Amino acid sequence: MARLQLKSYRFRAEREWDWRKLERLLERMEKGSPADLSDDDLLEVPVLYRAALSSLSVARATSLDKSLIDYLESLCARAYFFVYGARSTLWERLSGFFAHAWPQAVKSLWRETLISAAIFLLGVLAAFMLVRHEADWFYAVLPQAMSDGRDPSASTEALRATLAGAKDQPLSVFATFLFTHNAQIALLAFALGFAFCVPTVLLIAYNGMMLGAFMALFVGRGLGIEAGGWLMIHGVTELMAVILSGAAGLRIGWTLVMPGDRPRLDALAEAGRTAGTVMGGVVVMLMIAGLLEGFGRQLIESTAIRYSIAFASAVIWLAYFYLPRGGRSGGR
Amino acid sequence: MADSASAVERQLVTPEGVGLRIRLGQASQRAGAFLIDISIMAGALIALTLMALGAAWVTKMQAGEFILTVWLLGAFLLRNTYFISFELGARAATPGKRVVGLRVAARDGGRLTANAIFARNAMRELELYLPISFMFAGGGEGGVDSWVYLLGVVWSGVFVLFPLFNRDRLRVGDFVAGTWVVQAPKQKLLVDLADDGAERLARFVFTDAQLNAYGIKELHVLEQVLRVKDRKTMTAVAGRIRNKIGWTPQAEEHDLDFLSAYYAGLRGRLEGQLLFGRRRRDKLDVG
Repeated sequence: MARLQLKSYRFRAEREWDWRKLERLLERMEKGSPADLSDDDLLEVPVLYRAALSSLSVARATSLDKSLIDYLESLCARAYFFVYGARSTLWERLSGFFAHAWPQAVKSLWRETLISAAIFLLGVLAAFMLVRHEADWFYAVLPQAMSDGRDPSASTEALRATLAGAKDQPLSVFATFLFTHNAQIALLAFALGFAFCVPTVLLIAYNGMMLGAFMALFVGRGLGIEAGGWLMIHGVTELMAVILSGAAGLRIGWTLVMPGDRPRLDALAEAGRTAGTVMGGVVVMLMIAGLLEGFGRQLIESTAIRYSIAFASAVIWLAYFYLPRGGRSGGR
Repeated sequence: MADSASAVERQLVTPEGVGLRIRLGQASQRAGAFLIDISIMAGALIALTLMALGAAWVTKMQAGEFILTVWLLGAFLLRNTYFISFELGARAATPGKRVVGLRVAARDGGRLTANAIFARNAMRELELYLPISFMFAGGGEGGVDSWVYLLGVVWSGVFVLFPLFNRDRLRVGDFVAGTWVVQAPKQKLLVDLADDGAERLARFVFTDAQLNAYGIKELHVLEQVLRVKDRKTMTAVAGRIRNKIGWTPQAEEHDLDFLSAYYAGLRGRLEGQLLFGRRRRDKLDVG
């Protein structure tokens, strides 16, 4: 009998136990969360994984048992996905994101952010001048449904009334709608960057034009300061978010056009990760803006307080993004 | 067959420097997974709406606004977090992908980061929701509007069909995030056929010439035959082998016993050669 035992059979018999153990661990991990496992188990996985990889290399060279090689290959791939997969806890990930990853990504997009902001301001100015010059332009920029009675045909008194808070209105629906709508616009501005920047630029410019037309209407009636407060209490946060999502879209589109000295796919993947990080945070910004808009603006009627909130939020965001910070950098 | 298999197979080099063969998810699987996911999302949304209705009815609240709020927020959360939260898990797959056996992986063999998952799913805005909005926007009544509408549909359609037009079946989100969708490996460790073959080999004695008749390719075919254990196939294969090596059947010789013994003998021989650096590909490889 001993004569007939194959080397590959002995090879398998000696290591099979380890493979099975790795398989069991992986099964448990894929079912539940890594937290279910003891520390010993978690420490053992990478060791077993490397042992399985070396088994695979040996098996490829010495064994002709196809099922064994296929099995090892699939086991190694599974373990590889786990060992190199995303698996920090949600909490670690969130704190890492807000402490480092997000501000860093935003900072690295400063060039695109400036361009995006310039396009936005251009839109504001253009629409402002147009509407100041000829009020009918207002309808070209803002569709009737969106302006909600705030158009040149309304009386000054009616316009003033729209700027007041509205304590009796259902706030939650309003806030939810604003947030979801704005978030979707921002995500769209980002995704559209893939089409070589052009739609992103248009979308940002259009957003700027809406603001410009709106302001022109109110400035024309001598309500400029009140309208500014009404808009800026949440607008600072919201417009920054829109500009940032435009910047993220620009980065992607620009990388697609000019990948530099790397292969286009690699360059795009890297740009996508940075831009994706920025977008993750932008959604949070929009949530805050939605809260400020839906609740803060409706409940706070004093223009001075509205302006101070707007100013404070601008300072906080800028400091958060661009002030140099200590601690580890590029943690992930 | 071999062509279509290699079309979806890719080499992924782990950081340890070992190449692993992985199979890309096929377009049909991707579509199936997506349909399952969409159905789950739709079902969840309906359930949510019903629950909100129920709650409003029980508490006799102003139903309309409450339901609208719940619905807006629910739809938003589903739309933007469903894919991301599932793909962040240990299995890197949404329920739909799990059902059809797919998962997301980083294309460069490195770690799959949360940013990549976010980026690949934020792009769904372009690939999925934009075409849907176009579909519901309607075509207008002829003239320029209709042309703009048509262009929009074509333009957004390009992104939907992206995965069909590149080698690695990447959708736009995969491009941007540096990820791809692969088949989740899952294979059981089967018994070693040489194990029970070795017992039987004691009763069969093959000469060197008889064991030299075949190479590795034939060995693997034989392994397949022995695992499937289809009686007709085994009889046919055993007949062919007996013919080729000039084996006279003993009395009461079962095909399975013969094949099993020959498998063990052949594998022993070929693996022996392997140790001396000779890998005999198939029966024609006699160099």
